[in-house]
Amino acid sequence: MSNAAGHERSGRGSPAVSRGGRRSRRPGVASAATLLVTAGTLAACGSGGSGGTPTLTWYINPDSGGQAKIAASCSEESDGAYTIETSVLPRNSDAQREQLVRRLAAGDESIDIMSLDVPFAPELAQAGFLAPIPDDVASEVSEGVVQGSLESATWDDELVAVPFWANTQLLWFRKSVAEAAGLDMEKPVTWDQLVEAAQDQDKILSAQGRRAESLTVWFNALIESAGGHIIDKNSTDPDKIQLGFDTPAGERAAEVMHEVATSGAVGPAFSTSSEDTSASQFESPDAGFMVNWPFVWAQANTKVEAGTLEQSVPDDYGWALYPRVDEDTPSAPPLGGINLGVSKFSNYVDFAYQATECITSDENQADYMITNGNPASSAAVYDDPDVQENYPMADTIRESLEASAPRPLSPYYSEITGGLQREYHPPAGVSSSTGQQADDLISAVLRGDQLL
Amino acid sequence: MTTTTLPPGKKTEPVSAPPGGLSDRSRAERRLGWRLAGPAFVVMLAVTAYPIVQAIWYSLFNYRLTDPQNRSFIGLGNYGVILTDSLWWQAVAVTVFITVVTVVVELILGFALALVMNKALQAIRPILRAAILIPYAVITVVSAFSWAFAFNITTGFVNSWFSWLPGIGTDTDWFGDKWTSLLVICLAEIWKTTPFISLLLLAGLAQVPDVLQEAAMVDGATWWQRMWRVTIPNMKAAIMVALLFRSLDAFRIFDSIFVMTAGANGTESVSFLAYRQTISRVEIGLGSAVSVLLFLSVMLIAFGFIKGFRIDLSQARGER
Repeated sequence: MSNAAGHERSGRGSPAVSRGGRRSRRPGVASAATLLVTAGTLAACGSGGSGGTPTLTWYINPDSGGQAKIAASCSEESDGAYTIETSVLPRNSDAQREQLVRRLAAGDESIDIMSLDVPFAPELAQAGFLAPIPDDVASEVSEGVVQGSLESATWDDELVAVPFWANTQLLWFRKSVAEAAGLDMEKPVTWDQLVEAAQDQDKILSAQGRRAESLTVWFNALIESAGGHIIDKNSTDPDKIQLGFDTPAGERAAEVMHEVATSGAVGPAFSTSSEDTSASQFESPDAGFMVNWPFVWAQANTKVEAGTLEQSVPDDYGWALYPRVDEDTPSAPPLGGINLGVSKFSNYVDFAYQATECITSDENQADYMITNGNPASSAAVYDDPDVQENYPMADTIRESLEASAPRPLSPYYSEITGGLQREYHPPAGVSSSTGQQADDLISAVLRGDQLL
Repeated sequence: MTTTTLPPGKKTEPVSAPPGGLSDRSRAERRLGWRLAGPAFVVMLAVTAYPIVQAIWYSLFNYRLTDPQNRSFIGLGNYGVILTDSLWWQAVAVTVFITVVTVVVELILGFALALVMNKALQAIRPILRAAILIPYAVITVVSAFSWAFAFNITTGFVNSWFSWLPGIGTDTDWFGDKWTSLLVICLAEIWKTTPFISLLLLAGLAQVPDVLQEAAMVDGATWWQRMWRVTIPNMKAAIMVALLFRSLDAFRIFDSIFVMTAGANGTESVSFLAYRQTISRVEIGLGSAVSVLLFLSVMLIAFGFIKGFRIDLSQARGER
């Protein structure tokens, strides 16, 4: 949908006009390489602006059209200073990163603003692909932002990306099942309690055991909830990164992972189950508990509207903070979401930063949350009456975001998550020695001694 | 071996070669030949030779795309890392397994299909051929997705259709185990590329002279005898070419694995390793080294086939 919208816009201006416009703004470039880049630029964004209005290209992750709508309204709001066009990245977040890294490494000028999944900022910042944020913009965009989002947009003590929306996993439960199991969901619950309750009631406890980013999300939440970290001591030098898999907290996380995976309560095909699998399991009559992102709420309601799901099903949905690993330690829920990066190779860095301020305004975040189901990173948005009405769990989401812990921030994130997924998959095979193995593997990969 | 083939046709020798090398005319022809083929040759160099040479060059460096300043020459270090890593050998084993299984099954199936196409009534032959060719026209990623969905535990129909078979139930997790994953990957490959083999074999069948078949029939040979003694020996070249092309193709398998398991449960192929190092980790040096090794493996297979089975490609084209 958003894809189509983007293309429609890019088709507007005639290529001849836009080519002239581009050239005149870039005097003195004659190398073949630049011509190639220009050709790529034209193909990628079309540069549909009229006359001398700069066109900013915003590479967005696919959504339900919300970012394209924000782009249009911010273009209008800029009063002719710039227009924003969107260009859609692949659906999968790994593929989004791959495309952006490749384009940025080639110095692609067609990228002005990028929607970055939360773990990506350090890698791009360390490589020098992100334009430094002006101080006034930095203080403006970080005001009132939930802690986790701010942390994920910071690298080397500097804000390197603009927090846009933030995501977090909640513990979803069927009220009827929790009641029958005698669990008091007003109080924090532990994984042990959930496993026991699901086994007792013969219901499914849904989590994500697939070899994918979701496994890292789960493991990170477990180790952080146990008081540890995947990266114990961070560094920009890959040889000096100290990993925390082989620690008591890491061992505890592995223990919980193994316990859940082998409990017999996780449903069939746990080692290939994704967020979508969990969401559909949770709509089934066998549903009991689930950890998942808030999209499940919007999805269930959409299905009710379409008549494929009984209203009684979402009525039975309850939500609480992410489960604890140990009874006395608060949980650290997973953090997701999107931060906005501005490319160093952009021709309009100033305009791009102006645009990010507009895009991340509280009104836009609230609207985006209501229409696209993606929670805001600005805490104030959760007080918006419309948000409160559409998301009865808004306060829980905000609370969860405040308690959330980002995944490890490192320029070598893809090595860390790749190594983790290799060692901790399948979750049922995780044992007390997995931590040591993961430590060894990832360290060797970072040193360049092993393949991944 | 008592096989029946036609004697090789006598080549027409030039009646009188002019003394002292090429004549003016053949020199001119040769020049014309170069002029005609030259542009294509240059394009081939640019799009094939250049990337290969660049990959070999990059494979000698420790080079990360996001950290170009720290690029350093390490000689054959990357090859040392790869060849001493068990993951590489596991990927090689998986790739060889998939190649052998799919090519053998495809050869048998493809031969059967070629026979059917060859024998089919003139009227239905075009339709039959089109029907058999359809899987080959499907994009590999699309075919991989449809097989993945078919075997998926929530969206798939395979579990419910085949639950009467022992070992298959409604909650059989095909992608949760190495061997069942490989089975589905192989099935998808076989379904998709059998038409390719059968087309090549059909061309081979058409080359078997009818006179030999008739002679064998007159001599009272059974169907099997004619198959083994006449048909197959006469289309050996076509069979070998089909095997060679499919083996080279199968060894580079990537799409199905990427879509179905993303390398989980030890199902990574060699191409997948190259992808992970180059594209995901942006380690250009290490990834190039994996690619070069993959290239060498493919070269080795091609060389082995051509030398080992004495395939002559020009023979398959019917030039000799």
